[in-house]
Amino acid sequence: MFACLHAAGAGALLLACAQDFSPQVEETGTDTVILDIDGLGNLFGTVHDIAHAMARRAGFPVNIAIASNPDAAFHAARGFEGISIVPEGDEAKFLASLPLTLLSPAEDMAETLASWGIRTFRDLDALPDLGVAARLGEEGVRLQKLARGKSSRPLRPVIAPPRFEESMELEYPVDLLEPLLFVLGRLLGDVCARLEERALAAIELHLRLQLENAGEHARAIRLPVPMRSARVFLKLLELDLEKHPPAAPIVRVTLAAEPAKPRLTQNGLFIPLAPEPEKLELTLARIAAVVGEGNVGSPEMVDTHRPGAYHMRPFGKSQQRTGKRAYPAVLAFRVFRPPLVAKVQGNFISAPGIRGKIVQQAGPWRTSGEWWTPAAWARDEWDVALSDGALYRIYCDADTGRWFIEGSYD
Amino acid sequence: MATAFLQSIDFKLYARPDSELLPSGIPGFDAELGGIPRGSVTDIYGPASSGRTSLLLALLAQATAGEEFCAVVDASDAFDPMSAVAAGVAIERLLWIRSGGNAEHALKAADLLLQAGGFGLVAMDLGDIAPETARRISLASWYRLRRAVENTPTALVVVERGPLARACATLALECARDRMQWSGAPGCSQLLRSVTFAAERRKPLRPASAAFEARMRLDLQR
Repeated sequence: MFACLHAAGAGALLLACAQDFSPQVEETGTDTVILDIDGLGNLFGTVHDIAHAMARRAGFPVNIAIASNPDAAFHAARGFEGISIVPEGDEAKFLASLPLTLLSPAEDMAETLASWGIRTFRDLDALPDLGVAARLGEEGVRLQKLARGKSSRPLRPVIAPPRFEESMELEYPVDLLEPLLFVLGRLLGDVCARLEERALAAIELHLRLQLENAGEHARAIRLPVPMRSARVFLKLLELDLEKHPPAAPIVRVTLAAEPAKPRLTQNGLFIPLAPEPEKLELTLARIAAVVGEGNVGSPEMVDTHRPGAYHMRPFGKSQQRTGKRAYPAVLAFRVFRPPLVAKVQGNFISAPGIRGKIVQQAGPWRTSGEWWTPAAWARDEWDVALSDGALYRIYCDADTGRWFIEGSYD
Repeated sequence: MATAFLQSIDFKLYARPDSELLPSGIPGFDAELGGIPRGSVTDIYGPASSGRTSLLLALLAQATAGEEFCAVVDASDAFDPMSAVAAGVAIERLLWIRSGGNAEHALKAADLLLQAGGFGLVAMDLGDIAPETARRISLASWYRLRRAVENTPTALVVVERGPLARACATLALECARDRMQWSGAPGCSQLLRSVTFAAERRKPLRPASAAFEARMRLDLQR
């Protein structure tokens, strides 16, 4: 059995009302919904009781029709006020008085039927089947079936966009990571199972922890590629929570995953070696936990003349082919971070761990820049070979007059 | 009966296949030494300004030019991205891990990288770590790294002042500065043009050495 709810300008309310009764709800028009009410009899009783329960739940004037097929219920709800129960087998008789405009025939069809004096469902029902098929074709036969309330079609239910979110209220506040991980493990298992059902993966994880002091601790983990491994997610969350622990015990945990299409790659025989993104993300998180978050990444050159300027960016974001070529050996420079404060007396230099006589030198070269900012620099540089056999770059800061060893050539 | 069983077995000694070599792109070095072996630990050691880092950058440049991902575990925070770019390293394919002078953290990071796999070259730079700190690294740690890199296509290179991996290293190269080339008149308009280094193979004990010239970066040819 099917019920149809119709009220002008109340589409969203009707949908919400219908979804309270059945998961199988079709949004037939902007102001009409049809739902499958099979099985509701056990809860509400007769079809009249079901219809009245729907009217009460809606809370505003609504036409409700119950019929054995969706189209009969649809036409009855749109044609009759209040509650209509279309008796099974007598649909044609019940719908007979309805105007033909309810069937929304095409313009030329409506014109033909009007010229024949066909104005109601009864008139169309009365026409001979073969004659209708011969003169009006397939569309005519369909309209006649609708007028008789005999059509049969499956419902096209509204499918709500899936939400990959799980939440759990804790029986007592949790202030240790280990019990929290048990909870997270279960929630992640559920979320990943739902992602797998729909052949999706997660590109971002959102963790919201409601705290005992009424505060909230929210964390988001953006993944480099879509993944669906609960084990990897759990480890990433563990490492993240170790670095950013909540300020108070936790009373509620909510975990949401932002879905994305899974990564589909096919490795080739001649594709160079590359780390697996899932493993790499976990490894980088583990290393960051050991050496610090800002100490892991790819160096990136900065558009400045400042010596030694660079920027760290997350590793693995750029996977394009480089097309670079290797050059013959270039004299490498090793940087002392921070530069070593040096004492220069005549031809002698001394700094922590370095002491010697300058045997050869090149320079000075004056560099300066960013004088319009507080981070301005100005200095004179030399390349020097010391008696200890090493080559260093030294400089004298123009502002302070102090000497530094910036690094060594190696 | 046991003797008869043992006699029935045909014992053969199978030679371990030669490792694939990662070339450095330096013609003289590759001609003499072939490159560094993958799936093994390579020690590159020498004092300051002995060409260890120049050789490492050449290896990184060659590996990244072949579209491989590489990692530098920088225990002494001495890596210079500008030098790397000048040497031709594709830094977007380079993972740089700075352990802030902590050799233990560097070992752990290298171990995690090798376990993850997928890198063509993992370099551990212990070049500025104090010798007494470096000597404190236990042999067990080096064995662990050797086991982790074995049977993988990754080459693990350790840059240091003196040989540290010792028994665990398949190849040990001792670097030394040979000569410097300065141009211009001494004292006023001199320029450091290039330095010639020598790399001598210390392990395996088959005498081989290579000399290579490292030129000053183009942007620093003042």
